[in-house]
Amino acid sequence: MRQSAVLEQLREQIATIEGSAAPKAVLPFGLESIDARLPGGGLSCAALHELAGSNALADDAAATVFLAGILARTEGPVFWCLRWRDLFAPALDLAGLSPDRVIYVEAGSDVNVLTAMEECLRHSGLGGVVGEVKALSTTASKRLQLAAEKSGVPAFVFRRALPLDAPASGTAAVTRWRLRAHPSEALGIPSLARPRWALALERVRGDEPQLWIVEGCDATGRIALPAELVDRPDRQEAQAAA
Amino acid sequence: MRRVVSLFLPNWSTDRIVRKLRQQPDRSAHSAASLAPASAPAPLVTALPDHGRRVVASVDRAARALGIRPGMTLTQARGFAPDLLVIDGDPEEDFEGLKRLALWATRHYSPVAAPDPPDGIWIDITGCAERFGGEAPLIKHLYRRVLASGFTAQIAVADTAGCAHAVARQVPSGRPTIIEPGKARSALAILPVHALRLGPGVADELRRMGFERVEQLMAAARAPLAKRFGLQLHKRLDQALGHLPEPIEPIFAADVPRTRRSLLEPIGTAEAFAHVIGDLTTDLAALLLRAGLGARHLDLYVERVDGHWQAIRVGTAKPSRDPAHLAKLLGQKIDTIEPGMGVEAMTLVSPLTEPLAGAQADALAARRGPDLPALIDALANRFGARHLYQATARSSSMPEREIDLVPPLGRAAPEGWDAALPRPSRMIVPPEKVEVTAMLPDHPPAMFVWRGKRYRVARADGPERLHGEWWQSEGLEVETPLSVRDYFQVETADGGRYWIYRLGDGTQRATGPMSWFIHGAFA
Repeated sequence: MRQSAVLEQLREQIATIEGSAAPKAVLPFGLESIDARLPGGGLSCAALHELAGSNALADDAAATVFLAGILARTEGPVFWCLRWRDLFAPALDLAGLSPDRVIYVEAGSDVNVLTAMEECLRHSGLGGVVGEVKALSTTASKRLQLAAEKSGVPAFVFRRALPLDAPASGTAAVTRWRLRAHPSEALGIPSLARPRWALALERVRGDEPQLWIVEGCDATGRIALPAELVDRPDRQEAQAAA
Repeated sequence: MRRVVSLFLPNWSTDRIVRKLRQQPDRSAHSAASLAPASAPAPLVTALPDHGRRVVASVDRAARALGIRPGMTLTQARGFAPDLLVIDGDPEEDFEGLKRLALWATRHYSPVAAPDPPDGIWIDITGCAERFGGEAPLIKHLYRRVLASGFTAQIAVADTAGCAHAVARQVPSGRPTIIEPGKARSALAILPVHALRLGPGVADELRRMGFERVEQLMAAARAPLAKRFGLQLHKRLDQALGHLPEPIEPIFAADVPRTRRSLLEPIGTAEAFAHVIGDLTTDLAALLLRAGLGARHLDLYVERVDGHWQAIRVGTAKPSRDPAHLAKLLGQKIDTIEPGMGVEAMTLVSPLTEPLAGAQADALAARRGPDLPALIDALANRFGARHLYQATARSSSMPEREIDLVPPLGRAAPEGWDAALPRPSRMIVPPEKVEVTAMLPDHPPAMFVWRGKRYRVARADGPERLHGEWWQSEGLEVETPLSVRDYFQVETADGGRYWIYRLGDGTQRATGPMSWFIHGAFA
């Protein structure tokens, strides 16, 4: 296992030196129905991704944990650039993103967050870079996409409190996700079941928008499909919901 | 805008003696006993020989209260206080002490600090207050530290060194005095003329001529006065008002790595600064390599043709002596340099260093993984080191205190939280009050109203009972030691999950007023 990882690294290095594009690494969700919709079978690493909740705080909270779950499955330090300090670190830990991997940058404004992200993306070998902003211009997104391509580090722009009816601006992000809280399974006892999210892939290169109902992250950051929904054709439901 | 702190230590010599005696009680036991704080201390003065007599050089608070003033003969002084303690003064040692104090200030407050003999120091805090959260907290911090060391102190901060100096000495106050930017003129106006640091006898003569206050001097015609007293008088006035520069030449510790470049022609462009910074970092890296050290702090002093010194401070997360890295850190701050009429010299000092092993080891370490120290330094110097942190677990029963923020790459390995306890990913700080419909004592809310919106609760989990930590000084619970919070995790009809608590256990009034708050949102 370890040896193969070393070999893999060497191959990548050789490919980089030779200038031939290294095979694009992806981060699969491990769920066939989602991964099949993503080019390469997962979230591509050397790329910019955009995600949002909504102006309901619970939706932003869901998006936060979804993101933590993705980053939990990467390797290397994660830089989380914030505008203000409302992120509660224990929740990231619960989703498998250990606190010793996360370095917070409280940058204060959209412009500063984007600057900090770009600075981080100049360094390869990071597990991921997150930036929480309100607005993202096309130019800024292009710069981030280029920086992510160059360093091979996945970059995530988290649009905070983005209204549901916000006009979709043209950004260079490879995928755009929207997370919304969804009623969980009724257990019949005074207790809460695993949280559920309506996970929408609003934009992906070369495919239609998709929507899935998933169960929230477990302790290793993996999401799951609810048991009673697995066998149902999700395409139909997606169209119905959209 | 330039801001200068003047720290005035009215009893510098005598306070120093008292402090020294307290620290070495065995060597002069009888003096220490008489100086013990419990008994009323005997008045203490230092004496210096003067034309075959001994005169009082400095006095302590008790002696001053009795009317003893520096310049009296000892015989006169004994007339005021027969039990007077007299110790030989040592002006050189006093000056060395001031230098040490100024060096201490360079480490804590601003790279530009200098002794202001015989009994004060200057600190140019321009651009340095941010780290303390403002000018007032910085000065308060300085004031407390000086008082805690056993020195009487008076502090003033103003736009000019002269104004700060004058106010610190003329406005006796139990608190530091802040002269707001642009208010130097009105602050000076009411002060007596001798506040301007004039030559011996000049103030007395001015007073004989009817000049009591600085405002009279400002209003008077300059030429006759200049003829009578020379240029010094108006130079001091103009310096205090900020019309003439009065540079503070910073003090450096003797043993720190330092390198300096004097320039043939004054420079003022960003490219020229970058070039000089490159030369300086290369020189400094060589010095550090020879000493086996890496820099943790760098101070770049920019010396202008008008004598003004400006300092730029950057820090590194790990000791470094990579000239390119150091130059890059300093390069980010070039735009803060105010070149004025031009810069004629630059000095680079590393006031804080740590041992660093051989260069080969560095290079090998750098090849593995990302160059985190470089990235962290770049971010910290742009956004402030305070805004760059990692979170670690801290045992506390109040969720808002379960987190400790530590500098990134800290030595202690951050650990996790209790995985069994649900915690929200977004906190609402401070918790906001919500209107809740719920049955007491421990039914979860059935409905709540938050920010004018009504939420129907479909499912809930809880309560998790947390007891207030009234023993924590920063806690809100100090006033209400019995306070209890009952936390519920609720899911609204549309699936949103929120963290809601009731202050009070539902039965005892002493545990809280039974009001409800929202404290966060879950995934």
